[in-house]
Parts: sequence; structure tokens; C-alpha cells
Amino acid sequence: MSDTQTNSSVAFVQTEQIPASPPPASEVGIINWLRSNLFYSIPSSVMTLLAIAFIYWLSSIILPWVFNGVWDASSIRDCRDQLQGATGGCFAVISERWPQLIFGNYPADEYWRAVLALIGLFVALAPVLFFNLPRKMLWFTGLFPFIAYWLIWGGSLWVSIFALVGVVAGFFVFRALSERSFFGAIVAGLFATLLFWIFLTPTLANALSAVIPLTLVSVESRFIGGFMINFILGTSGIALSLPLGIALALGRQSNLPIIKGICVVFIEFIRGVPLITLLFVASVMLAYFLPPGTTFDLVLRVIIMVTLFAAAYIAEAIRGGLAALSRGQYEAADSLGLDYWQSMRLIILPQALKISIPSIVNIAIGLFKDTTLVSIISMFDVLGMIQGPILSSTEWFGVYWELLAFAGLLFFVFCYGISQYSQWLERQLNTGHR
Amino acid sequence: MAMTDQAPTMTVSDEVAIEIQKMNKWYGQFHVLRDIDLTVYRGERIVICGPSGSGKSTLIRCINALEEHQAGSIEVDGTLLSSDLKNIDKIRSEVGMCFQHFNLFPHLTILENCTLAPIWVRKTPKKEAEETAMHFLEKVKIPDQANKYPGQLSGGQQQRVAIARSLCMRPRIMLFDEPTSALDPEMIKEVLDTMIELAEEGMTMLCVTHEMGFARQVANRVIFMDAGQIVEQNEPEEFFSNPKSDRTKLFLSQILGH
Repeated sequence: MSDTQTNSSVAFVQTEQIPASPPPASEVGIINWLRSNLFYSIPSSVMTLLAIAFIYWLSSIILPWVFNGVWDASSIRDCRDQLQGATGGCFAVISERWPQLIFGNYPADEYWRAVLALIGLFVALAPVLFFNLPRKMLWFTGLFPFIAYWLIWGGSLWVSIFALVGVVAGFFVFRALSERSFFGAIVAGLFATLLFWIFLTPTLANALSAVIPLTLVSVESRFIGGFMINFILGTSGIALSLPLGIALALGRQSNLPIIKGICVVFIEFIRGVPLITLLFVASVMLAYFLPPGTTFDLVLRVIIMVTLFAAAYIAEAIRGGLAALSRGQYEAADSLGLDYWQSMRLIILPQALKISIPSIVNIAIGLFKDTTLVSIISMFDVLGMIQGPILSSTEWFGVYWELLAFAGLLFFVFCYGISQYSQWLERQLNTGHR
Repeated sequence: MAMTDQAPTMTVSDEVAIEIQKMNKWYGQFHVLRDIDLTVYRGERIVICGPSGSGKSTLIRCINALEEHQAGSIEVDGTLLSSDLKNIDKIRSEVGMCFQHFNLFPHLTILENCTLAPIWVRKTPKKEAEETAMHFLEKVKIPDQANKYPGQLSGGQQQRVAIARSLCMRPRIMLFDEPTSALDPEMIKEVLDTMIELAEEGMTMLCVTHEMGFARQVANRVIFMDAGQIVEQNEPEEFFSNPKSDRTKLFLSQILGH
């Protein structure tokens, strides 16, 4: 087909590489940035000027309110006297009611226990969040829930110790059976732990605390409030709902119709019911279902409900991640002879979870903020404290803006922290395109 | 591919590696594989070709149970493939497989890709597994990439890693499912060279491929499939120069015609 006749005007051979040269001045520098981002055309210049005017107007209202605020006053009237009609927030309420906002009605002599638990939480979270910390720190992470329970609720240390022994017993049951069936071993292990908790922990703990009492002053759940209860519900809800969500997501993909059915019904039911309804069930109705005489702590009930709620959403987020993986990843894992649990743990879940990080973080942040809903079932969380004891007091009647802005800021700091961490994690886990 | 003179060193024993009898498979109503009978001897290098949709990939995927067959029997190294998970895992750890799209694990380094299965399936100590992995990575000529991630490698390199990953399990049989179809022409040769080297060491190989040059040079049997059946099989020389069935002739004229 091709014409073999050579034509000297067409023939061409490149003999040297054209060297790279710097871009023209109009492509770099501040002038170029201004022009291309703010004053690209007449409409964009108008929009820029309008936006600047809006920002100025907004700051002229907010900034004096913040910087002219009163931090030292005994009541709202005292604040007004000090301001003498000038614009300014009455932030004194925050400094005066700080303990109530943070700890609720927790006994003042025991605040150190809550603070210690918070510090412990950060130490326990560190090795989970940052992979390059020494792995030995995970031992503390494992022990932390039991320590934290003892610190916050007080009572005998033996309760925590035997709760931990129950988990260890469950682990040994799991180990003994894991060779036969991984799934069966998990179920048997959880069951063993539960039996141990119900039947052995109270008896053993009572017996031993009679001999060696290692007790802190016991604090009842109804005294735990303020931002502390939001924090307890949020962290335990997130920590517990993640493994449950993974289990539900895998269950929903299962070939076994009964397991699949249970997971689908659970997920669809929980997602179809408002969280508030579940919280009412936890606070009021659960008592009807439990055998009479059983006391089942309200905080524990709420943690269970919040966990179930978030787990259903996380399961769906992870299902999205699982669906995004190519069939080839499953096949490669299978063809190497990995069994189901190995391929899930080593190949599928690490990738699926990485893909689901943004949605999981979304749910985690949502869950953390939703913990303020417990104020509706008359628990005194940070919003419950503001609405109840503080705003209805004669000193601070009507200081809405300052208190709600403070609560908002408190949540924002933590939620923004979670968001920033998740973005950092995504960059860390980015190993190039698939 | 200047290794043709060494071809006689490749020997075939009379020991049976894979025995497939009257195997049938359906996808729903669709009858994909029909009465497949195939005996593979140890050391044999078989190339399977045929038009797309003829069931050639499905056939080799049945051998390590990535696809389930509904009738007939498949026996690999004397182990009968049934729904028993123990047998399936045993066969899978004896049979290596390379895929068209490599299917490396993108979240693991090249070295980790290679040591994962030996450590978890064979329970090899980590150090020993890493030594084996480096040995095979040297064999496929990319030891210097060991600590990179798959996403940083070219397609040809990725496929060679995939071959090394399979070899780390010390398989007795290797299956190749169109290993060069997703590669640029420049990279096909490096992968084929690796496969030729493997063949010379006496590995039992089943390759689904359109590389007819490779078939001519390495295979001792070429199988032509169409519409779920084995239409023709023969030694490569005879197969290419003197095809018997009309369907084979048509296929060969289409793929060799340009």
C-alpha cells in the first residue's frame, strides 16, 4: 500500500533533544495568581469585590463580639454592667460553668480520674492511629478499656480485672478452635467471654475485693455528664461499631443464606429507624424486655444502641469498598491457596477499608455529633447541661450564643481533628493507582 | 527468543499431572464447556488457543477451581477436585496461576506480594520466604524493584512479578491466562522470555495465549477450542502447517494473515 518513493521534503530525522526551558513570566508569580484566580474577567472581578465586602461585613459583627467579650463576671447582669451597651459576648459563663460543661455532675474531688482516663485514651489510640509507633504499645491499648471503666465508674478494680480475664478466656477458646473453623471459633470465643462475664466475673470480683479491696469511690452513671459523656459515647461507639460493621459487611456478601439474611435484615432495619427512636428504646423500653430486677446501666444501653446504629452504616460504607475491588484480587488470593479468612484479612479488607475511609470517617463524625441527642432522653451531656442547669439558672438566663458557640467549637475541634487525621491516613496508605 | 537450539532438553514424562474427563460447565443456561477430555503429562507445555468466548480461559480456571464445573471430573496430581474445601486449597497451593491483568496486590510491596502466600499458606518462616522471593525475583530479572509497590512498575514488570509470586509457592503446574494480552508490544517479549525459561526447566505449563510464535517455539502440544469444545490438538509443527478441521484453518488464517 505504502508509496516507496522517497521524498526529501517529507523525510525528517530528529537528531537532538530540545532542552526544557522555564515557563514565561505570565505563568508564575503573585500577579499571575491574582489574575487567574481573582480577576480573571469582569464578572469574576465583581464577584471578588462583593465577596471581600461580605467578609468585611461579617467580621465587623463577629470580631468585636469575640474580642470585646467579658471573661470575668458572676452573672449576665454583671456582664451587661461591664459592657455598658457595647457589643461583646458574655464568655464569663464558660469560665464559671466550665466544670459543669465538661464533667456534668461528676464529683469534683474525682475530676482527676476523668482527666487521667482522657490522657490514657490518647496514649491508647496513638499506636492504632500511627503505624510507626512501637507495636508493644498495643498492649496498653488492649488494657485501656478496662482501666478507663474502673477510673470513670470507680468501684472495685477486680471487676475490670475479671472482665479482662473473661476476654482472655474467650481468646483461648478461640485459639483452641481456630484450626477447625475460624468463624465458629469467633462465635465460641465471644460466647465464652459473655458467659464468663455473666456468671463468674461478679462472684469472683466480690470474693477478691473482700480480701484485697482495690476500690475507688463509685460514681453512678447519672452523675456522668457534660462533654465527657459525649466523648465516652462517641469513642466507644466508633471503636465498637467498626469491627461490627466489618462483620456485617462480610456477612452481607456471604454465600450462606442464613448469615446473609440476618445481616441484610439487621442493616436494613437499623438504617430504617431514626437514632432517636433507638435511644428511646434504650432508655425506656429495654427495661420491659429484660428480666425483672436486672439493672442495666443506661450509659451501657445507649452505647449499645449507638454502636448498632453506626455499625449498620459502616457496613454499607465497607460494602461499597468491597464492591470497588476488582474480581481479580479475590481470584489472585484464591489461586495462591489463601483461605477465606486469610484472603479477607490480608488482601481484601486492607484495600476495601482504605477505599471506605472517607465514608467511615463521615459516619464516625456523624456519630460523635449525634451523641448530643442523648440530651433528649434526659442525660446531661454538654447540650443537656446548657439547656438544663445553666440556662435555667437565674445568673445565666439567656446566654444562648456564647454557650452554643462554645459547644459548637468543642465539637468542631474534635471533628476537624478526625477529618485531618483521615486525610493524612489516606496519603500514607496511597501506594499508587491500581 | 534465541533459545530454540536448547529445545530438546525439555522432556515430557509419562506421569499424569492433570486428568480431565467428560467435564461440562454451564453459566446459567449457557453451556460453556462440553465434554472436555484432556490428559496433561508432567513436563508438558500446552498452548490453548481459539476465538474469544470459546471457553479456553474457563477451562484452565476450572483446573484450580476458580470456576466450578458441574459434570465430569478433574484430577490434579492425584487429588480429585470436589466441593471439599481441603482438596481445593491443596490443589491451589500446588498450581500457580498468572492472570491477564496481573492481579498483584497493590497495597503490598513486590517482596510482600511474593512472600505472603508462602508465609500464610505454607507457614514458611519470614526470612526464608524472603530469600526464596529474592531468588525468584532475580530469576525474572527485577530484584532491584523488591521494595516498590506494583503501581510503580510497568505492565511487563508487573506480569513478571506475578510469575515470581506464583513460583514462590513452588508449584508443580503453572496456568497462564492470556499473560501478554494486556501488555504493550515492547513488553510482551520480556514476559515471554521468562515463560520460555520456565518451560526449559521442565515446568508443566498450560497457556491460554494468542502468541503463536511462543506456541511454535515452546509448546509440545497446541489445543484449538471453539464453542466450548476441543476441536483439534496436535504438535505445533503439524498444527500450524497442516490443520485438519475447517474451523482451525479459518482461525489460523485470520490470526496469521496479517
